[in-house]
Amino acid sequence: MANKTLSGAEVIIECLKREGIDTIFGYPGGSAIPMFDAILDSNIKVVLSRHEQGATHMADGYARQTGKVGVALVTSGPGATNTFTGIYTALMDSSPIVVLAAQTTTPNLGKDAFQECDTSGMTFAAVKHSYLVKDSNDLPRVMKEAFHIARTGRPGPVLIDLPKDVTAGPCTAPFTDQMDLPGYKIPTYASTESVEKAAEFLKNSKKPLLLVGHGAMISGASRQVRELAEKLNAPVCCTMLGLGAFPVDHELSLGMLGMHGTIYANKAVLDCDLILSIGSRWDDRITGKLEVFCKDAIKMHIDIDPAEEGKVLQPDVFMCGDAKLVLEQLLPMVHKLDTADWVKTCQTWKKRFPLTYPKQGGLRMQHVIATASKLTDGKAIVTTDVGQHQMWVAQFFHINYPRQLHSSGGAGTMGFGFPAAIGAAFGNETGWPVLSFSGDGGFQMTEAELATAAIHKLPIKIFVMDNKYLGMVRQWQELFYDHRYSSVDMMGNPDFVKLAEAYGIPGLRIKRAADAERVIQKALEYNEGPILIHCECEKEDNVFPMIPAGAPLTAMITEPPKAQLEKPTGST
Amino acid sequence: MIKDIAHSISLLVANRPGVLVRIALVFSRRGYNIDSLVVSPTLDPNFSRMNIIAHGNPEILMQIIKQLEKLVDVVQAKDHTGTDAVEKELALIKVRCTPDQRTEILQLCDHFHANTVDMTATSMIIQITGNSQKVDTLKSLLQKFEIVEYIRTGKVIMLRGEDKT
Ligand SMILES: Cc1ncc(C[n+]2csc(CCOP(=O)(O)OP(=O)(O)O)c2C)c(N)n1
Ligand SMILES: [Mg+2]
Repeated sequence: MANKTLSGAEVIIECLKREGIDTIFGYPGGSAIPMFDAILDSNIKVVLSRHEQGATHMADGYARQTGKVGVALVTSGPGATNTFTGIYTALMDSSPIVVLAAQTTTPNLGKDAFQECDTSGMTFAAVKHSYLVKDSNDLPRVMKEAFHIARTGRPGPVLIDLPKDVTAGPCTAPFTDQMDLPGYKIPTYASTESVEKAAEFLKNSKKPLLLVGHGAMISGASRQVRELAEKLNAPVCCTMLGLGAFPVDHELSLGMLGMHGTIYANKAVLDCDLILSIGSRWDDRITGKLEVFCKDAIKMHIDIDPAEEGKVLQPDVFMCGDAKLVLEQLLPMVHKLDTADWVKTCQTWKKRFPLTYPKQGGLRMQHVIATASKLTDGKAIVTTDVGQHQMWVAQFFHINYPRQLHSSGGAGTMGFGFPAAIGAAFGNETGWPVLSFSGDGGFQMTEAELATAAIHKLPIKIFVMDNKYLGMVRQWQELFYDHRYSSVDMMGNPDFVKLAEAYGIPGLRIKRAADAERVIQKALEYNEGPILIHCECEKEDNVFPMIPAGAPLTAMITEPPKAQLEKPTGST
Repeated sequence: MIKDIAHSISLLVANRPGVLVRIALVFSRRGYNIDSLVVSPTLDPNFSRMNIIAHGNPEILMQIIKQLEKLVDVVQAKDHTGTDAVEKELALIKVRCTPDQRTEILQLCDHFHANTVDMTATSMIIQITGNSQKVDTLKSLLQKFEIVEYIRTGKVIMLRGEDKT
């Protein structure tokens, strides 16, 4: 069908429909008006954010929740630059989003026209791929390719830079499923040779450990991960973004490993004779000092991204492919291993070194989180911001289902959690409530989205975990910098309950541990939209266990140290 | 420590704006420099061939090649270091010389199968093609005279036999 009368903008909207998009997140401006105009005649819902960063994180949260592509639509210049943090956050966590960024007209490109910005130039390093469209007739193909690239292989953000004359002008090219991507390859199955080699290594392992990352979640491999763990009788640990790909309450689960992981997971990493990473990329937060990480263990790695092979460490076997498909290749080749002793050892560690927190003193974030987990029976969509509360959510909320926890892992973007919760709420089909946990610092970075949550009456329980500090930075300054607190005091925090009320959102407060259960229950029972819970917490609590950045896992600190610690050698 | 060596990388890329920036970024994010770069159309105008010479730690360069290959617009990325591919470059060398120095220079050129492509009363431009060593050698021999200006194309690489690069 030749769609001769359609404008570029109308074609873009029609392409969104064809991609199955029913909700997008955006913020308008002059050069984006043609697209915002065209969308009025469609049944696509536009969620108007209060800042383009918010819109981009919403698209990301929506994508993480649904597994579908999240879309953000913004104007040129500052509208586009405001999406940058969101694009980078999506890249670091392999989240599929498409950002439609308006642009000045093509004749104005390069002339410093009003709100001209070299958007594609500025974002090259933060996208999986991008387009600057100069001819309306390229739109059907570009839209098709953009969604395909964002969604497939190792997912990621795709940006489309859209000059105003391209969206306002006519597009006579037909809609198409044809793509022109000769350089784009999507790995599926791994080579038989590599999988056979892996099976052989497994056969000889007495102390195997599965390491489950975000890739397992993205590929939808949680059933296969579980089958493998149970078939082998092998313990399993997860990265933060892998939490949920294997149920934390499973008897073979050791929870999260790494810097703030469980003692038993890190002990297992130190003691295993084989580690199989399923869609995790050996991030420095989990390996600690690389030179000694699993030094004598066989290392095997499943990843869909060929460039992950040997990027951080050289595995004994690299299986390049989609985690689910590769596990399906591997499963018939493996048998139950003689691991009873090993599993028993791990379970003894689990009993001896459980995650705990001090019960004395003021309200503990850990207590709020554990209570929320208990009251929802772990059946909630959970988002976090970045900092101490984030690590405590990862430790104390029982994450048992894939796509249940959304957190900025690779980028550690403060301000992500709350807008991501909004995006997740739009895509949430579980019927569970959405719990958004943010620190007092990070919440203030994107709190303007309270308006967005209020307008759409989203069932979000907004926990503001207020320790009146940039807690995680303060913790480092306390432990490694001789208590010299520098720019971490959040003096000037608003009364978050009043802030919520100013947006028409009811606010509750928790000040004492004894009140936590009652107040959270009340929040959970509230059915008329978002509700904010201001948790006034112990100011100077610290997250343990902790492995100082760059240190070997053996350097794990499990309780408040008596003496000043050396400055960490690793980054952040 | 592993020694830095020069790597000859050949890329087949989709002929699209921006592809060069994406490729350059893979190097620059690690603070790596591109020593030379040749871009040329292929028989199929939809694609270009790029030849890149870069110095660095071999392990890191291997990683760089994988990350180049991962770019959507890159069809193929190969390291030809240490293979016996044909590797040639062309240089232009401008020398200031008096008429009585000319004979010696021309003799040198003759020996290296180099040509003079411009001659004035006070200067000559010499064109030489060949492998990098040959170009380096002629240049150093010409240093005895005054080299005013000098430019080289960077290496172009092609596999021997019927195999495609
Ligand atoms: C945008 C951004 N800026 C700075 C940082 C560095 N940073 C990491 S954690 C943290 C403190 C977060 O404080 P808060 O939001 O109050 O959470 P808490 O650690 O107190 O739970 C900071 C500043 C970051 N991760 N992101
Ligand atoms: Mg705080």
